[in-house]
Amino acid sequence: MNTVLDISNKNIPGSDVPAQSEGPIQYVNELTTLNLGPTHPATHGIFQNILQMDGEKIVSAEQTVGYIHRAFEKIAERRPFYQITTLTDRMNYCSSPINNMGWLMTVEKLLGITVPKRAQYIRVIMMELARIADHLICNGILGVDTGAFTGFLYLFQERENIYEIYEEVCGARLTTNMGRIGGMERDLSPEAIRKIRAFIKRFPAVMQEFEKMFNRNRIFMDRVVDVGPISAERALSYGFTGPNLRAAGVDYDVRVMNPYSSYEDFEFDIPVGKSGDTYDRFMVRNEEIWQSLRIIEQAIENLPEGSYYADAPEYYLPPKQEVYKNMEALIYHFKIIMGEIDAPAGEVYHAVEGGNGELGFYLISDGGRAPYRLHFRRPCFIYYQAFPEMCKGTTLSDAIVIMSSLNVIAGELDA
Amino acid sequence: MQLTNRSKQVSNKEMTLAEKMYLPAIAQGLAITIKHFFQKKPTIQYPEVKRYLGPIFRGHHVLKRDEEGRERCTACGLCSLACPAEAISMVAAERKKGEENLYREEKYAAVYEINMLRCIFCGLCEEACPKQAVYLRHDRFVPVFTERDQVIYGKDRLVEQLDDRYVRTGSEVRATPTEPTLSRSAT
Repeated sequence: MNTVLDISNKNIPGSDVPAQSEGPIQYVNELTTLNLGPTHPATHGIFQNILQMDGEKIVSAEQTVGYIHRAFEKIAERRPFYQITTLTDRMNYCSSPINNMGWLMTVEKLLGITVPKRAQYIRVIMMELARIADHLICNGILGVDTGAFTGFLYLFQERENIYEIYEEVCGARLTTNMGRIGGMERDLSPEAIRKIRAFIKRFPAVMQEFEKMFNRNRIFMDRVVDVGPISAERALSYGFTGPNLRAAGVDYDVRVMNPYSSYEDFEFDIPVGKSGDTYDRFMVRNEEIWQSLRIIEQAIENLPEGSYYADAPEYYLPPKQEVYKNMEALIYHFKIIMGEIDAPAGEVYHAVEGGNGELGFYLISDGGRAPYRLHFRRPCFIYYQAFPEMCKGTTLSDAIVIMSSLNVIAGELDA
Repeated sequence: MQLTNRSKQVSNKEMTLAEKMYLPAIAQGLAITIKHFFQKKPTIQYPEVKRYLGPIFRGHHVLKRDEEGRERCTACGLCSLACPAEAISMVAAERKKGEENLYREEKYAAVYEINMLRCIFCGLCEEACPKQAVYLRHDRFVPVFTERDQVIYGKDRLVEQLDDRYVRTGSEVRATPTEPTLSRSAT
């Protein structure tokens, strides 16, 4: 395959020098090494792919990870539990509330705290909004990579509205640091509820317009159908979860298989695809957006009354007014902030259905103020391992599309 | 593979004859784009028009003074302990006689610095403060800096000015008269 190129032969294709030998020009079959990344606008993040190209076809791919590795698992070993929420923000930054809630639920599992229904419903609303934002970005970007910028911009207006809801709930847009151990940091304000209701009302029209533009569009379908398929068997052996596995036809969803945070209360379907190609992944994400909207509608209609935080004075900060009047509250305030309260020893695993798939937190506590060891099961890392197999034999432009439909997010890949 | 009874097939790759023709797809796309020409623009002309940020938005830090204009901070160090980014540092000092109108308690922060390159605006310092001294303003961002010596904010830039008191009001606050329609309602 790898023929040595002899310059003196002058048989380089496209060269102005006429071939000296008799007969037709002999094209030299040589592979080109192409560095896709680490900083390349089409990779949507910092990852490097070293592609061996035979003309337009990809012969093999080799990935490098770790360009934005920030050692979160190591940093977490020195931080009190409540400060680790800020680290999880920065993993899948397209859907940080899901990461926050997943981590808080893990800690609550270790500490044995039961969160009140109202807090669970608020968490469900925020998580589903985050899922919509995540899928909007992924599908919008897929449109950009196939040459349709317009849909992306129309969707981004709705993403902005979701971020405005975050602003009302937690005070930030991207790095949300939402929720506290034992509940939420504050109740849903009337303004937040108004914004969520306005979003539910306004969003379907925008989404329908986007689907009208893409779903049955011949130009788009030619570009994505049968591009980068992966069979259910291969997907499972790689460890795929989430939309990418469902696109291959396996209806595995953590929210259904292993319900957390009252997901068993809600009616929703699990969209599945047929062959696990890019079109299936796109369609599954689109349908998941509709299902998430259904869950938010149900949650906001049936939002229970009651407290938004658990009765866990050792872990949930007392209100500021209590701190001034009540000696006990003052002591707990200082103890919680200084990380003086030891967690029980033990190990827990908790998984949530993240924007990309099963986002797991494996936490070992030796009874100290910080985790003894914390491992994040990051779905993007797993998807990225399958990328060489999926893009082998396709063209470079298809590889870009496959990558963006896998929704590999650099922050989650490297953590 | 069927694991639950809630799965729903969503993918149909067979194209009908109408879908197989390229031209309708192009016309449809153009129609949507042209429709958007005549819709209201969602763009906000930023420096002239500022969008309202909710009453709990986490922006510029401020060290509060009390009603009599005395600094509330007592340099207890809880905020720097709670800071996940280790951005806050302080030096405590004892209040001298005659400084009662400057500092609220006997101990105060002689130096209070926040490194804005480290700060992640998580709001944990505000939650930690037992004196209600540190707040993240909802109405002001930390401005962009271009020099390294601008990034450490000392007390000169953090303590609130007497003529520019920060009040965290409820939901009735409105930042600019020209706020876009999607933002906070007038209620």
